[in-house]
Amino acid sequence: MVTVPRRTKYGPQRPPTMRVAPPRGPTVSAPDLDVDGLLDDRANRIIVCCGAGGVGKTTASAALALRAAERGRRVCVLTIDPARRLAQSMGLRELDNMPREVSGIRGTGSLDAMMLDMKRTFDEVVEAHAPPAKAEQILANPFYIALSSSFAGTQEYMAMEKLGQLHAESVRAGRWDLIVVDTPPSRSALDFLDAPERLSSLLDGRFIKLLLAPTRGPARLLSAGVGLVTATVSKLLGAQVLRDVQAFVAAFDTLFGGFRQRAEATYALLQTRGTAFLVVAAAEPDALREAAYFVERLTADQMPLAGLVVNRVTTPAASLSAEEALAGASRLDPHDSTQSAVAGLLRVHAERVRVQHREARLRRRFAAAHPTVSSVAVPSLPSDVHDLAGLRRIGELLAG
Amino acid sequence: MPSPADPTRPRLRLHVVTGKGGTGKTTLAGALALALAWDGERVLLCEVEGRQGIAQLFDVAPLPYEERTVAVAPGGGEVRALAIDGEAALLEYLQMYYRLGRAGRALDRFGVIDFATTIAPGLRDVLLTGKVYEAARRRNPSGDLVYDAIVLDAPPTGRIARFLNVNTEVAGLAKVGPIRHQADSIMALMRSRRTAVHLVTVLEEMSVQETLDGITELRRAGLPVGHVLVNLVRGSPLDDSARTALGAGSVAALTVEAALHKAGIDATPQLVAQLMAEGEDHLGRLQLQSAQRQALLGVDAPVIELPFVAHGVDLGALHDLAEALTEQGLW
Repeated sequence: MVTVPRRTKYGPQRPPTMRVAPPRGPTVSAPDLDVDGLLDDRANRIIVCCGAGGVGKTTASAALALRAAERGRRVCVLTIDPARRLAQSMGLRELDNMPREVSGIRGTGSLDAMMLDMKRTFDEVVEAHAPPAKAEQILANPFYIALSSSFAGTQEYMAMEKLGQLHAESVRAGRWDLIVVDTPPSRSALDFLDAPERLSSLLDGRFIKLLLAPTRGPARLLSAGVGLVTATVSKLLGAQVLRDVQAFVAAFDTLFGGFRQRAEATYALLQTRGTAFLVVAAAEPDALREAAYFVERLTADQMPLAGLVVNRVTTPAASLSAEEALAGASRLDPHDSTQSAVAGLLRVHAERVRVQHREARLRRRFAAAHPTVSSVAVPSLPSDVHDLAGLRRIGELLAG
Repeated sequence: MPSPADPTRPRLRLHVVTGKGGTGKTTLAGALALALAWDGERVLLCEVEGRQGIAQLFDVAPLPYEERTVAVAPGGGEVRALAIDGEAALLEYLQMYYRLGRAGRALDRFGVIDFATTIAPGLRDVLLTGKVYEAARRRNPSGDLVYDAIVLDAPPTGRIARFLNVNTEVAGLAKVGPIRHQADSIMALMRSRRTAVHLVTVLEEMSVQETLDGITELRRAGLPVGHVLVNLVRGSPLDDSARTALGAGSVAALTVEAALHKAGIDATPQLVAQLMAEGEDHLGRLQLQSAQRQALLGVDAPVIELPFVAHGVDLGALHDLAEALTEQGLW
């Protein structure tokens, strides 16, 4: 999954001869990330893309999924909150909670795409695991409605749940041999990973036990603090909220165990050999700082990290240095239209070289702190992705 | 939508700054706080996502749950910063409003604090907005407001309406009691004419679309939309005639090669082709920018543009951005 580290030159292919100056393209010494190797390895069954918001994570997930499909895999991509454009680029008018087949895939593989609908996923779990009367009761509970539709955090639980479902289906029915997951744009980077633990602490929490106490029998098992706590909570929230929460927790009690079991199973699944995490970033200080955090967190959780994808990297085509370009531009006559246009071109080039150096510095800093993390840089494209061809192009760039 | 020039509009007390990830939301929240401070205001700049973005921006040590001065301006203005933490906010809140000594400890012992801040989804947002509300109306012993303005570095555009509206959810759940009362008061501030939600975007398709969607959502929730802040706008070293000539493809490779020789550059056909390809790519990006600028024209909100800072945002650049916000009349 991880290629043998070798030193690599960062930047565009340079012409072998006819240079106007010695090459000054900045180098970044990080092992190369072998994206095609990752996609082709049939042992890999789940690829999780994580990273800060706004770095092109969703697009990267879709491009990886498409490339894997066109290399013969049967792929399902689970996106969390895709821009409408992205759904359209896969030829889908919209994405919903069901995997939909993407047409126009070349070769023998296949690609299904779906978008997580957290409320529907939650409702389906309730309907599937509770007796009809109880399910109805839960679905109508005001606390459940708020929890399942509008509170932040639910998305992470449901993303885990959905991933578990997709994986189970892929094992059972053999419909897919690879699932690519885009993670929710969480406030703290890996809320996704914390979901099972949070569920567990929710279930084992004394507060929940306290709420369940009246329905579970002898209240004397609980200390004298109980009355004080329920009285305080009632005072703060009103007795009716407490009743709603109690009703919800009581009704949900039978479902909790299954929820936790599945979340824990999914967490364990993520730690296995068949999973690969890709951290996606842009060549910006904030995004790379977040990426460093992801890498450290994944390592601490013993999650299999495949590498770093640095999106939207600036790559000048010409190898002229910024200084030479600017010096040249200043020698041209600003009143001559051709010369002024050429001076403009030289300045455009100089700016790119400067941005390229700045980005390379940031990437070097990351590589120095994380020398074993393989990485791949994806050049920035001058246009947005509108169709499969655009996604395919990004896939090619990802593969280097 | 009250225009900023509207003389009847009261001075804003709460500026909420949101934006798609990677657009520079924290940077512009910092620049706005700085601009207000230079105008003589005492400003509290808050962050709620535990990322310590403000500390990095102002180049200070990570912020504790405590209001710390990060910048002072001539004329008495200053920026204090606070990284709001859900758990600390809850304990402080219980202490402040209910003097919960023993009961507070009991809540903690039973895991209620833990439940409320980390497990029960959404309650954290209630606490975070509650703290902002508290700071916005805090008075010193002589009865004056402690802060003239609060700038909130808020969650991203995709979540902003839900975040600010979370107290409506609470109000829907809790029909009576002090929490209900508090939730109602917070929503009244959020929806008032003294609050504005500014949306940071870049001139890229997804970011602009998200901004347009965000504005619709905010308006639907009755939340006041302020300015659209277009960040990272790239200038061009090409003047109009050069753009036209290059765009029309009327600049021949041979003339470029000749001009490069004149510039003292040992040009090869390959170098010429590469430079022209870079020029074409650059023009493509400019076109994309202007198409997105057009898309923003339909927005019923004032738009401000801020330049891309090529060397990275340091304190100097932050002051430049603050000045640009002031000049374009953000507040």
